[in-house]
Amino acid sequence: MPRIKLPSKLPSPPPGAVPKSLQPSPGRPQEGNGKKSLKDKVIHDGTEAGTTVVDWVDERTSLSGALRWTLFRKVPKGTNWFYTLGSATLFAFLNQAVTGVFLAMYYDPSPTRAYESIRFVTNEAFLGEFVRGMHKWGSSVMVILIFLHMARVFFFGAYKYPRELNWVIGVTLLILTMTMAFTGYLLPFDQRSYWATIVGVNINGTGAFIGPYLSDFLRAGPDFGATTLSRFYAIHMMLIPGAIAALIGAHLYLVAKLGTTAPPWLKVESEPELREQEV
Amino acid sequence: MPDKRENIKSRYAEDREIPGAYEGETVTRRRFMVGTTHLAGAGAALAFTLPALAFALGPVFERQPATWEDVGPITAFNPNSYVPVNFTQTPGIGDVGRTTAYVRRFNPSIDGGQEPRDQYEAYIAISTRCAHLGCPVRYVAAAQRFICPCHGGVYDNLGKVNGGPPVRPLDRFYTRVRAGHLQIGPRFSVNSELNRFAPRDPGEPLDGIGQYLYPARFSTPKP
Repeated sequence: MPRIKLPSKLPSPPPGAVPKSLQPSPGRPQEGNGKKSLKDKVIHDGTEAGTTVVDWVDERTSLSGALRWTLFRKVPKGTNWFYTLGSATLFAFLNQAVTGVFLAMYYDPSPTRAYESIRFVTNEAFLGEFVRGMHKWGSSVMVILIFLHMARVFFFGAYKYPRELNWVIGVTLLILTMTMAFTGYLLPFDQRSYWATIVGVNINGTGAFIGPYLSDFLRAGPDFGATTLSRFYAIHMMLIPGAIAALIGAHLYLVAKLGTTAPPWLKVESEPELREQEV
Repeated sequence: MPDKRENIKSRYAEDREIPGAYEGETVTRRRFMVGTTHLAGAGAALAFTLPALAFALGPVFERQPATWEDVGPITAFNPNSYVPVNFTQTPGIGDVGRTTAYVRRFNPSIDGGQEPRDQYEAYIAISTRCAHLGCPVRYVAAAQRFICPCHGGVYDNLGKVNGGPPVRPLDRFYTRVRAGHLQIGPRFSVNSELNRFAPRDPGEPLDGIGQYLYPARFSTPKP
């Protein structure tokens, strides 16, 4: 089996740029006569091993194997653009993560300061309107992409054996993403987000028996109170993103392990000899 | 499968020829060490998860103190029309903690009965939180109705449901008079016969089995 070569040699520096003490020692006398014994070859490979950063890391982690296993997979015939919706969702999530971290540098989750800090980000911080816009609209994009991805998996029958667990993980990710959208909606703390949160928590409270207590947990009390905003912020910032990242890891591991499915319109082609025998 | 039965090992460590086994020993040293390690790990994990969980769940079980808010002299209120008052329901969070109630004096011809049921009913204070999903209702004097802008909930003069999606009448507040001033206290919910219940969130019916499906919470203040 041919090994896939990673770029293992860095470009050599111009002559004279490297001091003599750092230059590689000249080759052994027996090298260069064309014929090498096995022993020479082992010694030669040994001196060459681990000469670049990539080699150094790979020798200590074997990451290249995992990388090959993840990236150089066989894909079925008929793979098309619909198969990119999952990656698109992943990039939407990365966009949310990166812009969210930078928004957190300006945001202040206190009931009296939250609106003002968002106003500062939008109107005064350099590129603040752009970064906030990426986060705000990116959340809608992410939800839409999730549903498109889910529809692709459903209509292509890609949720069937042995991929049921990955469907379950995907649905969990959908629920977590909706929770992110719900908790993030409150953070600008304007009239729209305040009343939307009141309505959302009350919808949640209509679940029989545990609904009222769940609402109390979300609001940190019987009414929208002093710590509701920081509670939503903590759920939005720390609790759920970690869970989403971990589940995305499991989701991708199963994709790499189980492979992708062929589109349903592709017929299975049996070997010609077998086809004769089937008659 | 008779041969499989024969493969079951004795539960005594001695019979399994484990070196250094005591007579009658069933838990081997290895099993004991594995169990101890797991127990210690579980104990360490619980030592930080349980307090953190209780910390997050605490507000569910913590009863809020009743606050009585002064809303002005009683001469401002009459038995025939509602006067809106704005007061702080949740202290410490600025304007967000304020809410509005419609207040009038007890009126036998509207409320029924000759006199108020108890000391909290001399003045009727009706909450503006719609019993559907919590939007703010407003009183339309010409129609003598409370009307919700969100999903078309309509309530009559007493706050009972006339139409639309609300599942129970508008909530009310306990009221009391101190030194000629009206004070508004904790909120309570009512069913369609205006019987008092501990305050529920909007969307939770109180008629029939509703009061059991949506039990009273531990966190709501009592007068």
